[in-house]
Amino acid sequence: MDSNVRREIILENYQDPMNRGLIDDDTYLKVNTNSESCIDNLDFQIKIEDNTIKDIRFDGEACAISTSATSIMIQRLIGKTVEEVKNILKNYQNMIEDKEYDKDVLGELIVYEEINKQPNRIHCALIPSIAVQEILSKIEGNKVEYGENN
Amino acid sequence: MNREDFPMLDSNIIYFDNSATTLKPKRVIEKMEEYYQKHTSNIHRGEYDAAEKTNQLYDQVREIVADFIHCQKDEVVYTSGTTMSINMVVFGYMRKHLKRGDEVLLSKAEHASNILPWIKLQEEIGIKLTYAPLDENYHLSLEAIQKCVTEKTKVISLAQVTNVTGDVRDVRKIGEFCQEKGILFHVDGAQSVPHMKVDFEESHMDFLSFSGHKMCGPTGVGILVGKKDLLEEMEPILYGGGMNASFEADSSYELKKAPTKLEAGTPPIAEIIGLGEAILYLKEIGIENIERQEGKLSEYFLSKIKDIPNIILYGENKESGIFAWNIEGVFAQDAAAYLNHYHICVRAGNHCAKLLKDILPVKNTVRVSFYFYNTLEEIDQLIEVLKNSKDIFKIVL
Repeated sequence: MDSNVRREIILENYQDPMNRGLIDDDTYLKVNTNSESCIDNLDFQIKIEDNTIKDIRFDGEACAISTSATSIMIQRLIGKTVEEVKNILKNYQNMIEDKEYDKDVLGELIVYEEINKQPNRIHCALIPSIAVQEILSKIEGNKVEYGENN
Repeated sequence: MNREDFPMLDSNIIYFDNSATTLKPKRVIEKMEEYYQKHTSNIHRGEYDAAEKTNQLYDQVREIVADFIHCQKDEVVYTSGTTMSINMVVFGYMRKHLKRGDEVLLSKAEHASNILPWIKLQEEIGIKLTYAPLDENYHLSLEAIQKCVTEKTKVISLAQVTNVTGDVRDVRKIGEFCQEKGILFHVDGAQSVPHMKVDFEESHMDFLSFSGHKMCGPTGVGILVGKKDLLEEMEPILYGGGMNASFEADSSYELKKAPTKLEAGTPPIAEIIGLGEAILYLKEIGIENIERQEGKLSEYFLSKIKDIPNIILYGENKESGIFAWNIEGVFAQDAAAYLNHYHICVRAGNHCAKLLKDILPVKNTVRVSFYFYNTLEEIDQLIEVLKNSKDIFKIVL
């Protein structure tokens, strides 16, 4: 991807992210990423109905990479089934970790395909996928360990 | 000053993260290598030449420390770092000597290691924690402390220099006040001992904690200084070899005297020897020369950074070399990543002072922290890069 286009997509999503701001609604499941890092502190709210992601919202303080990744991830996941979401997350994590992945399921998320060249930003890019995965595993009642290698 | 002593500086970096850890001079690294290559052995009772040499070097470090911060040799306890030292004060001494309702005075600018152990002790025995207020420059004055002290105040535990806004507390006056009132005074010296003359006895400290790696020494070693009688009353947190005089099958036991009873197990021998060498190195440079050089750097930094309109500076404490700031509208981590592009090493975050968010207008900041090997030219380069920060996202994205 052309680096100017990539930067523009990231910057747009950082400066005007999708669904920023939490709402007071018990039908959403909530998770915070604070324990994952000492600096990013994002709250996520996700509404799942009929095995489908109906809505995702977020708020908090975070860097350009994690904020934009959250915004792009939200746009990619809303409307998808839990199985589709799992597949997207798996391919997204593989891409971030420089493993084999299916480009077609990721959409604009491929703007982070070269993030592994900046190892200290890998975790930032993974924050939204860690948050969504944590909620999914809460639903399934499994406690899953998250980390950059999972 | 002395830049040629630091191999890390050969790599063309500008290292402004000295509050996190300092660079290591070659002679400290070599001193530790010498232990590993020429006289590896354990301390105590090795009746052979290598062990004798190790024992001698190991014991000497206590004298080097005592001379450096002005205390008695047997008031020096080897620990793994400031965190361990403070945990020993809290759980080894205070747990036994404080009771429900006793007050401990802290400030919200303290590092996690000088707050969280106290919170845990509060949970265990019901002490009360009070936080003395800071002024608009994030400074804590003796007067502010005096206003918070009640007859129930039994301990004051403060950093001499805070690790985010670089506030320097007048520990001498606070120490005198504590002595008058019969309050125990613990000083977190992690950010002060490496940078300025610290005098344990003259400042009437009861306990002083600091780390080796923030003063040109290795990681994994630190010091707790405690008044002799207080150390004798302190309970060890660790039990095992080296610290006991005897133990029997009927479960009776006798411990050695302090400081040995507080040093169970094989210590980090190479690191302790390395710390001794680091202190000798700092003494050779002269702590007053270090202080003067840092003063110059801080004054210069403040005069330059104020000219950049989109920099928000949190506090202007030029008595230390620690400054927290942000580029307006830029998350601290992005600013640090931008500086890394120019090989300028800084830290971004809350710097483990998580209560400071109640006082600072922002949770995360960029921090630069100087040491004597930094130069005015390095500050010029930082300022130049910051002046061009309108292109920041072209660099970091």
